[in-house]
Amino acid sequence: MTTMTIAKAINEGLRATLSNNPKSLLMGEDIGPLGGVYRVTDGLIGEFGADRVVDTPLAESGIIGTAIGLALRGYLPVAEIQFDGFVFPGFNQITTQLAKMHSRSNGNLTVPVVIRIPYGGGIGSIEHHSESPEALFAHTPGLRIITPSNPHDAYWMIQQAVNCQDPVIFFEPKRRYWLKGEVDTESAGPAEDPFKAHVVREGTDATVVVYGPLVPVALAAANAAAEDGRNIEVIDLRSISPIDFDAIEASVKKTGRLVVAHEAPTFGGIGGEIAARISERAFHSLEAPVIRVGGFHMPYPVAKVEEDYLPDIDRILEALDRTFAY
Amino acid sequence: MGATHLPSTEFDGTELDDQLEAQAEATLGVPPTEMVQLLGPDGRLGTDSVFSEYAERLDAEKLRGFYADMAAIRRFDQEATALQRQGQLALWVPLTGQEAAQIGSGRASQPQDYIFPTYREHGVALTRNVDLAELLKQFRGVSNGGWNPKDTNFHLYTLVLAAQTPHAVGYAMGIQRDQRLAEAQGVEGSPEPKAAVMVYFGDGASSEGDVHESMVFASSYNAPVVFFCQNNHWAISVPTAVQTRIPLSNRAKGYGFPGIRVDGNDVVAVHAVTEWALEHARQGNGPVLIEAFTYRVGAHTTADDPTKYRESSEEALWREKDPLDRLEKYLRAEGIADEAFFAQVAADGDELAAYIRKSTYESDAPDIRTAFANTYVEAHPLVAEELAWFEEYSAGFAGEDEGEGAGR
Repeated sequence: MTTMTIAKAINEGLRATLSNNPKSLLMGEDIGPLGGVYRVTDGLIGEFGADRVVDTPLAESGIIGTAIGLALRGYLPVAEIQFDGFVFPGFNQITTQLAKMHSRSNGNLTVPVVIRIPYGGGIGSIEHHSESPEALFAHTPGLRIITPSNPHDAYWMIQQAVNCQDPVIFFEPKRRYWLKGEVDTESAGPAEDPFKAHVVREGTDATVVVYGPLVPVALAAANAAAEDGRNIEVIDLRSISPIDFDAIEASVKKTGRLVVAHEAPTFGGIGGEIAARISERAFHSLEAPVIRVGGFHMPYPVAKVEEDYLPDIDRILEALDRTFAY
Repeated sequence: MGATHLPSTEFDGTELDDQLEAQAEATLGVPPTEMVQLLGPDGRLGTDSVFSEYAERLDAEKLRGFYADMAAIRRFDQEATALQRQGQLALWVPLTGQEAAQIGSGRASQPQDYIFPTYREHGVALTRNVDLAELLKQFRGVSNGGWNPKDTNFHLYTLVLAAQTPHAVGYAMGIQRDQRLAEAQGVEGSPEPKAAVMVYFGDGASSEGDVHESMVFASSYNAPVVFFCQNNHWAISVPTAVQTRIPLSNRAKGYGFPGIRVDGNDVVAVHAVTEWALEHARQGNGPVLIEAFTYRVGAHTTADDPTKYRESSEEALWREKDPLDRLEKYLRAEGIADEAFFAQVAADGDELAAYIRKSTYESDAPDIRTAFANTYVEAHPLVAEELAWFEEYSAGFAGEDEGEGAGR
């Protein structure tokens, strides 16, 4: 066991990937000598050289598009998009090309591209630097989307993403980059399957489903609720596509109540999908409607008011109050 | 480049391009763009200080082969158009007029090269030994590309314009790494032949941002890729002048690699220029842009109506530059091909057409279960759940008439 931050865990995971697979390579803006704007690729160009850690021209469509070409040639590219809000110049390549290549080739071609995207708010940044666009990609068949919430998952999930033969978007909770935790670099243990949700706090009275940056928020809310005598179960989704509905269903059948929280706007979001599915699967177990907590239907607001936008402990507690009111 | 290229102002027959050239010269001091031409519309072989050497390597069999290929793909094009009119295809994208650009360039590629087409490169597909019946499946709505690109190194068609251009550059970056890995490992014996990538796009797609980004990447990494632009003068209804104010081949200068304009209706010149460019790329000298100056004689697709946006006299001017006619003149004048050869080409064309017709009639819709199976490589719970639902739902229609229920 080693204690490290999420940023360091991803760095170590990428180092392990580059060491273990000669066909893997990293590409993106400023990922070379600078080590990325968040230093996630720090030191890697020195170890693996400029053929394996590629500083690219400043062009997101070009980054994703050339990653697709490299994958077609048998490489395992890990492309970094510098910030969530800058993925959109590459959106066409991701949705019309990357996601469909295997299907449209009748299964003859595979494009095992990983796209790393730091996402989410809470860092007081300027516009386009705090967004959570995961639902746009989850709506696209052919893609897989995962997001770690702790260093151990981060270390293993980035490697699992590279080993997956499908394209994977790896959303990194940027405000948690400096969150520390224990990492077992010898064994993935419970992190063996990146597409399974984890119960990170067991409870009996209500279930809160979260992922990425909101996992610590939900745990804090659960602890606060415990002071009021409510025993809250918290699920870290880990995978946004596919979603481990079995895990949520099992929890809800136990607790009877469900709150889903994410930073992305509530409307058309992951929470809505979970609410609908769980209503179908566990209707008779639900004691209350599924409550969603998320961003408002507005462009991500300026940093000085982002506290009013982002789901926090109180917003989750308020949602729990509402579900217990039934 | 070579010395005897005809200025396009003497050649192109379209006023628009003359105007572009004049404007470029007046405002930028850019001289008229030279165009490589070896076999003129009159069927006479000219000379070129650089590319004649490549033309001289072509023996009689190769030249006859060019003609046979161009005739075959034109016949295929006619048959596919007819199949669309009969309702057998939803849409067809004709290539008539562009046979030399496609056969000349495709025949210049080698098996180890990888080709990324857009969606009109039926002639290139022929040169890569793609089963032409497979090409029609996309337009019949039974597949998004029936062939396995790994068999022919001819990628699937890409309909989102220019989206394939960065793929080509990435593939070329992979070739570079393969070579460096092999060198680092000190591979002995006969090494893999050096490979290059060629990517096709048109004058319309040249405006897409992906072309720009691709050229930046290709230049930055000196990637072994040939950008082959077929300037067929019309992006559906919009003329080249709306896409560019300078000859497209000149754009290469801005990226720092060679750009060559070639007479796209001259199969000998296209072949020569493409051979040179691919070899340039294979040898590690970086990308090349080729602009094949040609003309889409027919409609953009079978859903298009060119009479709405251009004069038929313009089409007539270009028919005089027909790529097949000029090669036929040359082959006959030089005694390389006789009447029996042309009769055989016609007979082969009819045979190809019959094959295409038959295979299209027999080409049935796939089972939607293959779409479930191919969405992901690895097992996916949502796909499995939806497939299970579909099976159960379909089973409810068992015994009903074929085609009425969702299940088959």
